[in-house]
Amino acid sequence: MAIEVSGLRKSYGELEAVRGVSFSVGRGEVFGLLGPNGAGKTTTVEILEGYRERSAGEVAVLGYDPASRDRGLRSRVGIVLQSSGFYPRATVREAVEHFGAAYPRPRNPDETIALVGLEGKGDTRAGQLSGGQQRRLDLALALVGDPELIFLDEPTTGFDPAARRAAWEVIRSLRGLGKTILLTTHYLDEAQALSDRVAIVKDGLIVAEGPPSELSSRPRSYRVSYQQNGTRVEVETEDPTELLHRLTGEALARGERLEGLSVSRPTLEDVYLELTAEQEGDAPA
Amino acid sequence: MSTAALTWRQFRFERRLFWRNPSAAFFNFTLPFLFLIMIASVFGANHKELNILIPGIAGMSVLGTTFTALTYTFVFNREQGILKRIRGTPMPPIAYFGGVIASSVANAIVQVTLIVVIGHVLYSVSWPHDYLELVVFVVLGVVAFGSLGIAFAHVIPNFDSAAAYVNAVFLPLIFISGVFYSTKSLPLVFKAIAVSLPLKHVIDGLHGAIVTGQGLGHNWTALVVVAGWAAVGLFLTVRYFRWD
Repeated sequence: MAIEVSGLRKSYGELEAVRGVSFSVGRGEVFGLLGPNGAGKTTTVEILEGYRERSAGEVAVLGYDPASRDRGLRSRVGIVLQSSGFYPRATVREAVEHFGAAYPRPRNPDETIALVGLEGKGDTRAGQLSGGQQRRLDLALALVGDPELIFLDEPTTGFDPAARRAAWEVIRSLRGLGKTILLTTHYLDEAQALSDRVAIVKDGLIVAEGPPSELSSRPRSYRVSYQQNGTRVEVETEDPTELLHRLTGEALARGERLEGLSVSRPTLEDVYLELTAEQEGDAPA
Repeated sequence: MSTAALTWRQFRFERRLFWRNPSAAFFNFTLPFLFLIMIASVFGANHKELNILIPGIAGMSVLGTTFTALTYTFVFNREQGILKRIRGTPMPPIAYFGGVIASSVANAIVQVTLIVVIGHVLYSVSWPHDYLELVVFVVLGVVAFGSLGIAFAHVIPNFDSAAAYVNAVFLPLIFISGVFYSTKSLPLVFKAIAVSLPLKHVIDGLHGAIVTGQGLGHNWTALVVVAGWAAVGLFLTVRYFRWD
């Protein structure tokens, strides 16, 4: 296992941000951590990265306790934080070379720059890069040490669609190289497209966990929708066959067309919204 | 790469970036010389005043290159997230601090050297009488001001307000500590404040080294006060350091 977490808790004074989280990530796996803001996912990840100390529970990252801040662990891990800066007056190549020097076996700087799609920007100062380019430099600085395990916290926030697709390709190619990736994202399609397994975090707890396809295909997992008297009707059903038969039969009998008919499987987003809404309903007023 | 090699790399990296930052290069490098030449030209050939001004400006340079520069550096790097990024890499903190601090110490050494040379060549102030005392007070001043600067960065909320915080300390301090004139005629209140802070004592030590040559023994109170502030600064830096 690349990451093993059991019974992880973290309190800030009265507030318990993480309330007993357990999961494990296999080597070579892309694991997505999803959840609304304040759910405790960044706290969880920052404990795994060694930035914060846990209040309780067991954590092992590549066999190390990250709280020990062991240099051997940090040599094998790459971190892309949600927001972290650069030396604005250092060029892209200088930054990549400089941060690479601390690792035992750094990648070639130019190769790393090309990997994240910053070819031709090697001599540009970090302060002059666009927002999207700075996120790519972030990724380059996380990859220059050739880490086994990569933490990606909201890696494509602020990207345009083309840049997002390009970043996804980079992440897929990292997976192809056998890297383990812990991805935090609030883009559900991103989690669905990239992750082997996903955990949905809500109020400091994991409320669902599994491969995105299995999370989506729970019972009552077909959604049939159509227009009736100008309003849209949506019905969820385990077996759409009978429902469709009845609906089409009634429409034929009335001599009408069934406008806007569609049958779809819920996306991860539907599951996510359903799960987080359930939780809100349970919450004390 | 060994910790020593990484420290050296960090030092060279900081040197390269220093000259690319026009405001750092101006305030940390050019300003003391401007002050020196402008004020010296007002005093003309008054030897007594120049003997106060040269050690005074040298002390101000030690303050500016370490306290001021390191406060800005750490507030900026903390706010930018550079400190947090470094903390996530295998870079040993000691190598990072070592490189950054060495760079500001290099500025202090170059400046004090140039001020002593300019003082001698342009204004015929004598060469330092006591080089040991000069080195001791520059080193102690660097440790005290540098660590106090890093510690001071802890309490500054963001980079936008850093200039206000730094100048609120820097400007009154240089005026009460005898950078430009003798503190003998200062009101008692200011004198008392100046005596409890390190800059006046660094300047006294540098004055002893450059002008009088009475030796370390003569300035042992100054030595004790500056060493005390160095200990306070180091304690505060280590105890309260914030990576983010």
